[in-house]
Formats: sequence, structure tokens, C-alpha cells
Amino acid sequence: MLLGLVKPSSGHAQILDHPFSSVEVRSKIGFLPEDFRFYDWLTASELLALHGRLCGLTPAQLRDRVPAYLDLVGLSPHRDRRLRGFSKGMLQRIGLAQALIHEPELVFLDEPTSGLDPMGRRLVRDIIRDQRKRGATVFLNSHLLSEVEITCDTVVFIKHGEVIGSRDLHSSPDGEIHVHIRARNLRQEILPALAQWTTSAQLQDERLTVSTRSMDALPEILRFLVSSNVDVFEFTPQRLSLEESFLKIMGEDQGL
Amino acid sequence: MTLWIIARVTFLEAARRKILWTALLAAAAFLALFATGMHYQVRDVHFTRVPQVLRYQILSSILQVGFYAIDLLAVIMTVLTSVDTISGEIASSTIHAIATKPIHRWELLLGKWLGFAAMIAAYVALVFGGVLSVGYFIAGIRLHGAVEGASLIYLECLLVLTATFLFGTWFSTLTNGVVVLGLHGLAFIGGWLEQIGTVTQSDRLVTLGVLSSIIMPSESVWRRASYVMQSSTSRALDFSPFATRSAPSGVMMLYAVLYLLIALSVAFYHFRQRDL
Repeated sequence: MLLGLVKPSSGHAQILDHPFSSVEVRSKIGFLPEDFRFYDWLTASELLALHGRLCGLTPAQLRDRVPAYLDLVGLSPHRDRRLRGFSKGMLQRIGLAQALIHEPELVFLDEPTSGLDPMGRRLVRDIIRDQRKRGATVFLNSHLLSEVEITCDTVVFIKHGEVIGSRDLHSSPDGEIHVHIRARNLRQEILPALAQWTTSAQLQDERLTVSTRSMDALPEILRFLVSSNVDVFEFTPQRLSLEESFLKIMGEDQGL
Repeated sequence: MTLWIIARVTFLEAARRKILWTALLAAAAFLALFATGMHYQVRDVHFTRVPQVLRYQILSSILQVGFYAIDLLAVIMTVLTSVDTISGEIASSTIHAIATKPIHRWELLLGKWLGFAAMIAAYVALVFGGVLSVGYFIAGIRLHGAVEGASLIYLECLLVLTATFLFGTWFSTLTNGVVVLGLHGLAFIGGWLEQIGTVTQSDRLVTLGVLSSIIMPSESVWRRASYVMQSSTSRALDFSPFATRSAPSGVMMLYAVLYLLIALSVAFYHFRQRDL
């Protein structure tokens, strides 16, 4: 709807300070559809040039960006090959390049890693990170929760078209960070000193579990343990996995 | 600017379709057959020493058959190449990558229409020119009204093209094809009824023909084209079954142009309103 494909039955929305129905604002938006398809008689270079021209890029910009974005998605060796001979993964890659060639401020990616092998998935993750560094906001729509967990800062859960929950992926849902520590020479007497950073600490043999409210406390805790002659083998902050959050927020599968 | 980008890519896409090349091959095969037939006919009438006037009328009538055949080819080629350009791209989601670019829906539709219109113009020019050349170089016929005739055949194709665009914004590819060819078939039958009605002086048949032309004016545009390409003697002699006895008026041609513009406007409106 934000991209003008579906008409709203009512209501209003703004996108980048423009009414969402504005055609002009779309030159600042990039979009990769879930199942990217295009004229299969075009070569990879021709497709990028066409989409670039539609987004208002000049011939000089196209000369630079077409090879650069083909390189970005790893399709430079296939620049003159027609889309007809592309695999699903290659189509996803060229689709990603057409969504980014005009360097949009806002990017919508619908299942960008579907059909990709592990190398392709890593490439997409790296590209999304690069876009974030460039200052773009990326909306990643995906059912692959592991991808979302690795890539995103914030996750929003949508059920039947309504937002029913959101979560900052850099913090724990209950506001606390639980850390599992495996170490030698752990002693009861060091626990009171940890209280300045932790809300709880439990010691069992060579395993210590502490809870803290701030990520900043983690290096302090580790430094304290090392300076107390504790030999740390493992120091792992735990957080509720996205899958657990998903199941908790969305509820059990109702067979729909 | 964006409009021309879409028009250009649509023209290139249409030009790469197998159906276009098949239609061109069919036209080439037809022209070869037609040229051969015309050649033998010229030789035969020469040997049988028919009077000059009659000889000219026989060859003119054969030329009319040639125009009739390429008109049918052009209409079918128009429908088959453009029938899935809107509905097919919506069904395959190809349109998502284009419609989300900074482009108005009307630009997308008009760009596509212009792309097909350019391709059809090239096709009509080629096949019409072929028949015209056979008439001129083999039979020595200097056709009057060739430009007007070719323009009217082109208008007929544009009418059919616009109908496929209009119904393509509503229906699936298959339904669209059935509806447009059905409409053209209706106009075709109506046109014959009107001609038969003129010969038999049956007002009811003529009325049915006129009504069918109002529903779809493509056939009446062809009959006008056929009429303007006949010599006044041919019209008087009623020599060929493909000759036009009841020529649609200039008002009907104006109606055809208005029909095209209104159908295109309705297509714009509906395409703008619908979800993709």
C-alpha cells in the first residue's frame, strides 16, 4: 500500500514526509518484491539501466552504477546474460540491485534471502548493513527469523494486517541481560562484589549465571572476574530468541 | 520521459515476441502465394485477351482479396501480441517492479500502448506495402487511396489494441482474448449482414449491421478502408465478394476515433483504481 500497489479503503499515511500516494517520493524508495520477475529477454545490465532510468538517473550515473551494482550482488560475470537463463538466486540478486541502484533513503525488501544459498544470504546481510551505514532505512519482511535476528535492529510482529508487538533486538524483552559464565576458580566470596553491576548471581560448580540491566556492565564484570584470578572459558550473554518471542507474541499456530 | 522509456521497452518486448515473427512469416508466405497467384492471373488474362477494363477489374479484385487477408492477419497479430501485456504482468507480478518506480499509472499504460502502436504501425506498413508492391509491380495497378486505406487499417488495429488494453485491466489474459476476438467477430458478422442487407434491401439486416458497428466499430473501419481503395468502376460493378457495397460514412469513422479515445480513457481510469 505504501508503494502504491494497493489502494487503501480508508485512512491516510505519510512516507518520507510526503503523502504515500505521491509518485515523486518513490524515487527515494527501493523495493524488492518477494518473487522478483521481469522481462526475461533483458540482460542483467539492461535491466539495471532500465530501472535506473525510471528512477531518474542520468546516463553518466548509469555508466558508473550499473557495473558497480552488478559487482555488489556478484553478477558482474553475467552482465550480458539474459535473465531467461538466471536461477532463482540470481534473480533475487539482480532484483536486489535494481532496488538499490538509485541509492534510496528507504528500502523495502520482501523475503530477500528466499532462494539464496548460504553465501547469497551472507551477501544480502552485508548489503543490508552497508545500506544502514549509508544512512538508509531498510524494512526487511521475512519469515526466516534467524535472518531477521542477525540483520535487524528492531522487529515488528504483524498478524492479520495489524501490528501486535515489537521488540528491540539489542535488548532483552524483560529489560535484563542474562549471562552464562563457565570458569575455573569461581568462589562464593566474589559474588557480593558483583552486586554493583548485577541484579542476581547464582554459582553452581564451575558455572555462574548473572543478570544485569546494562550491556555496558558486561566488560566490567569480565574485567573483575579476570582480576580476581578467575579463569574464564566462556562468557555468553543470553537473550530470548526471536523465535521464542514470535511464538509468545503471535500465539500458537491455529492451523490457518 | 518515463512514458517514452516504457514505450521503448514495450516496443522492444513486442518485437521479440515469437508471435510477431510467426505473423511476419505468415505474411511473407501469404505475400509469396499472393504474388505467384497474381503473376499467373496477369499471364492468363493477357492470353485470353479479355477487354482492358475487365482485366483491370479482375486484377483489382484480387488485390482487394490481398488487403482483406493482411487486414485479418494484422488484427489477429495485434490481439495475440498485446493480450497479456496488462493482465499477464499483473498475474505474474512482473508489474510490481515497474509500478513501484516514480511513474504514474497512466504513463505506464500509455507507454505500453504507444509501444504496441509503434510495433503495429511497422507491421501494417510492411504487409500493406507488400500487397501494394505486388499490385504495382506484377499487375501494374496504381491504387488510389492507398495512404487513406493503410491509415484506416491501422486505425482498425488500434481499436482492437485499445480493446485488449481496456479488458486487460479487468480480466485474465484468456478471458481478455476471448472477449476482444468475440467483439471483433461480432463486428465482422454484423458487417456482412449489413452488406447482404444492402444487396437484398433488408432494412433489418442493415440495422443489425449498424448496431454491431456501434458495439465494436473495427469491421466498419475495414469496410471504409476497402471502399476508399476501390476504383469508382469497381464500386459500380460490384465485381468481388470482398468489395464494399455499403461503405460506412465519415461520421462512423469519427465515432471509431471517439470510441478509441473513450475506451483508452476508461482503461486509464480502471487501471489507476485497481490493486496490482
